[in-house]
Amino acid sequence: MRAIWLIVGRELGAYFKGWTGWVIAAGILMLQGVLFNVFALGDSEKLSSKVLQDFFYFSMGMTLVASVLLSMRLIAEERHDGTMVLLLTSPASDWQIAVGKWMSAWVFVLLILAASLYMPLMVAVNGSVHPGHVFSGYLGLALIGAATTALGTFTSSLSSSQVVSVVLGGILASLTCVMWLFSKVASPPLDELLAYMDFYYRHFQDFREGTIHTRSIVFYSSVTFFFLLLTQKVLGARRWR
Amino acid sequence: MIEVSGLTKYYGDICAVSDLTFSIERGQIAGFLGLNGAGKSTALKVLAGFLLPTSGSVMIDGVDVIAQPELVRKRIGFLPEEPPLYKEMTVSGFLTYLGKLRGMTSTQVQDRLPDVLGRTGLSDYSTRVIDTLSLGYRKRVGIAQAIIHDPTLVILDEPVSGLDPLQRVEMRKLVRGLGGDHTVLISSHNLLEVEETCDLLLMLGEGELVAQGTEQEIHDRIGTGGRIEFDVRGEAESAAGIVSMLAGVKSADVTGEVGEITTITVVLLGQDRPAETESVVGALVQAGFPVSRVAQASNELEGLFLKLAGNREGAA
Repeated sequence: MRAIWLIVGRELGAYFKGWTGWVIAAGILMLQGVLFNVFALGDSEKLSSKVLQDFFYFSMGMTLVASVLLSMRLIAEERHDGTMVLLLTSPASDWQIAVGKWMSAWVFVLLILAASLYMPLMVAVNGSVHPGHVFSGYLGLALIGAATTALGTFTSSLSSSQVVSVVLGGILASLTCVMWLFSKVASPPLDELLAYMDFYYRHFQDFREGTIHTRSIVFYSSVTFFFLLLTQKVLGARRWR
Repeated sequence: MIEVSGLTKYYGDICAVSDLTFSIERGQIAGFLGLNGAGKSTALKVLAGFLLPTSGSVMIDGVDVIAQPELVRKRIGFLPEEPPLYKEMTVSGFLTYLGKLRGMTSTQVQDRLPDVLGRTGLSDYSTRVIDTLSLGYRKRVGIAQAIIHDPTLVILDEPVSGLDPLQRVEMRKLVRGLGGDHTVLISSHNLLEVEETCDLLLMLGEGELVAQGTEQEIHDRIGTGGRIEFDVRGEAESAAGIVSMLAGVKSADVTGEVGEITTITVVLLGQDRPAETESVVGALVQAGFPVSRVAQASNELEGLFLKLAGNREGAA
């Protein structure tokens, strides 16, 4: 466990010391603010809960983008710079390396999410917001961020190029949000499986509306675990190449 | 004690290292010597736990690298040819991070850090960001990260490559200083480098161990004795003829001529190289051939390899 925290600490340091983390955080928060102002608040009068639902809807997209962008460098950069050898010759296991890398990106995503809290607070000041609704939405965003950073960590482990990593991560992340479309043209039982695998339609909708379902928590946790396991296998396979 | 038995590594269908068997005593400095592509780096990466072997075993103090990789990695420090560095970190921050990652407590790292910085000549650079350091100092940071956790085995892949002559001398001194406290395994394609630094030579050719032992043992085994160049003034053929008649000299040939100076390359039997060299110089001077330079012949490594390759082909 100590190795995981050490890796998280170093990676977070790299985000803060370099320009990447700041630029991604600033870009995401700026876009989120614009979308909040233009679409969630809009010109017409709305119920506070509706404003929050709209806010969580595009925040999900922003979280996906931030997760893919933040995770692209995790392993690809180390391989490109030749520093992966420091981790692979340390006593840290491949699993600890994968989890440490993922967690650093996820923590940074959580910090970006925390910095966006002023928007629901503004709604609360000018309207009526149930804290449970805010909690539910942010829980959903945190879970979707966890799953997407795990997916990004996996794609980052496949290549020494961050461009390849981000393109592959972007394609996979986009696919996870349109599975419900494929489910409409698929036959049973594949349609149900595809619908279940959709990041938004089947699972995030509930969080967005203020409802927490255990099945959705299990889903996002499983996806996170699955991609971390794949990352561990990729790291292990490199020792056998 | 490092024991390697039948170590083999394939990259797909390509055999990079084949059936390596050797052992290194605690505190010894051993050198993998071989031409480019001989399999040195692959062998070192396997020993460092970075790659897993296709077959064979590696034991470090009785612990198997394959069965207990995480335990073994605590006992190994590895510096690849290109120093792996997090360039945005300071020297002390980088070493502290790696010390902790390799199982040390904060107190242990803080206690060990001054000694490591001192040994690697980095005491005045501990707060510098690595990105601002020269290549020579980056190599030093690379060595510092390899020894910060006080490992049993320190593995250095081409530690002096890319350094200027002054840095090479300092680096050799640094590597030499690691012996005793640590078992050190370095790789090089430079015979002089290994001769000056190592107690034990492991010569690799096309992935196979072609000879091992001290330099003298290898010369004795393959009968080269060592090749020495003598620059003399005067009639070259006569000088070479005189030298070739001496005891302890296997052959003497004229191999170069610049103006009045002729280079004679002498192959010694190598039973007592200093004495044999002195007798050659004495004989030349006595015969009226002033000697202006005595040096180890260049391409000696290639000569040794050609000799070894010839022996192997003959054996096959």
